[in-house]
Amino acid sequence: MNSVLTQLQPAAPHRMQEDDEFQQADSASWGSMAGFGNLSRSGGVQGMSIPRVSDPTAFLDLHTDNMSSNPDAKIKIAHGTTTLAFRFKGGIIVAVDSRATAGSYIASGTVKKVIEINKFLLGTMAGGAADCQYWCTYLGMQCRLYELRNKERISVAAASKLLANMVYQYKGMGLSMGTMVCGWDKTGPRIFYVDDDGQRLNGDLFSVGSGSTFAYGVLDQGYKWDLTDEEAQELGRRSIIAAGHRDAYSGNTCNVYHVRQEGWEFIGNYDVNELWYEYEAKKKAAREEAVAGASAAATAASPMAVEQ
Amino acid sequence: MECSFGITGKDYVLLCSDTSAGRSIVRMKSDENKIKSLGPHLAMAYGGEPGDTNNFAEYVERNMRLYHIRNNYPLLPGPASAWIRRTLAESIRSRSPYSVNLLLGGFDTTTSKPHLYWIDYLGTKAVVPYAAHGMGVYVSLSTMDKWWFDGMDKKEGIEVLKKCIDEVQKRLTIRFNFNCILIDADGTHTINIESEDPLADFESKTGSAAQQEGIEVPQPPIDVGVTA
Repeated sequence: MNSVLTQLQPAAPHRMQEDDEFQQADSASWGSMAGFGNLSRSGGVQGMSIPRVSDPTAFLDLHTDNMSSNPDAKIKIAHGTTTLAFRFKGGIIVAVDSRATAGSYIASGTVKKVIEINKFLLGTMAGGAADCQYWCTYLGMQCRLYELRNKERISVAAASKLLANMVYQYKGMGLSMGTMVCGWDKTGPRIFYVDDDGQRLNGDLFSVGSGSTFAYGVLDQGYKWDLTDEEAQELGRRSIIAAGHRDAYSGNTCNVYHVRQEGWEFIGNYDVNELWYEYEAKKKAAREEAVAGASAAATAASPMAVEQ
Repeated sequence: MECSFGITGKDYVLLCSDTSAGRSIVRMKSDENKIKSLGPHLAMAYGGEPGDTNNFAEYVERNMRLYHIRNNYPLLPGPASAWIRRTLAESIRSRSPYSVNLLLGGFDTTTSKPHLYWIDYLGTKAVVPYAAHGMGVYVSLSTMDKWWFDGMDKKEGIEVLKKCIDEVQKRLTIRFNFNCILIDADGTHTINIESEDPLADFESKTGSAAQQEGIEVPQPPIDVGVTA
């Protein structure tokens, strides 16, 4: 096997060479049928290579817990998240948790799940941390290039479509991401949900990740268009706390961003546990007050008492 | 969890699709338009694998537009269905097939006849007077078998469609909202199928191809003076 002769021989051609369109094509051309000119040769843009096996999907499935058909796989991809974003009168609120898990292990509690693409665009991170980080950073590059070429900022619709087209090219190969591209453009505040299926949805209110159902539960009930800035920020924060409490794969801290016409603003970082008990205490106090108020009212001659 | 219907009548074709979009058990959107206009008298209701659906629909839309620009007349429903079927048939034999099922509805302006095609991701094409895709197949095909008849006027057609939607709401565990269009000699019109009398709303909006919300029309509108 390791004889001198074999080593001198030219490497055997890769058996998939014909099929491997990503290797064949200019690395700059992916993500756009029209290509990006000669950008790749200046060094920045490199195509992402896929595993050199006959079936990259099966390969990934075998070795990672990504596609949930093989949860025992040795490579646990960091995922499990709650992220949310919603549009309202005062712009967009983006709120996320900060926990990264690999299997049942908490890999980090201080993850920045809001990716600041540029001054006006935010991306959120749910699913594989690496995929989200890589593709949102790449999207940031493309957005900047668009700006330089066209002398105007990219719309949220166009930016999200760049991302959707890019991930669509890798559909079925094991990418794992659910991201919300949020920003303010000429048309006002916009949110697009883009996921690894290549699905792209425009909407007012989204929540993504393992804790999304819990977040929806609070968010949907408290949401209305005419929220004030403070109410909206509180609603986003409260929804993440609710998910952080119920979902084992979400928690630690909560980051809140507010997108306005002038660009996004970081509102703050809040400890999920502390806030949860704060909310619980407030709820209890409010309840006691209500009960006390009710009994006080009952002793006084109330119209209700008269009726009964 | 999807549902779409198509019904032909005397001089029109109805297309109707649910408007939900989501991932696994979560509905992320309940007002997603899943009917695409492909020309002045052609539209399709599509469903299937998320991601593929939109990508394929836009691909078809642009090819139909390209044909119109090149030839100065739009592709008629028959040839359009053949092209779409062939695209899907080639796709299923490729390394990354499109998983898209669709109902193609059109009005042939040369013969003044409505057309409806049932097409699935395998590249099967069937010419049908009425059809369904998705969950609607199980509960509403029999409804259409019973109530549909040849040469229905608009009122009768909408009645049948309402029965189908009613059945879906009654028997499926999932609740859908529906989006509906009508294609006739004047072009493509949005129908509010949930209103009490959809036809009255529709007729009050005059005969000019009133392109309302809910249906994406090729932009800019193609006016070449030649209708097929």
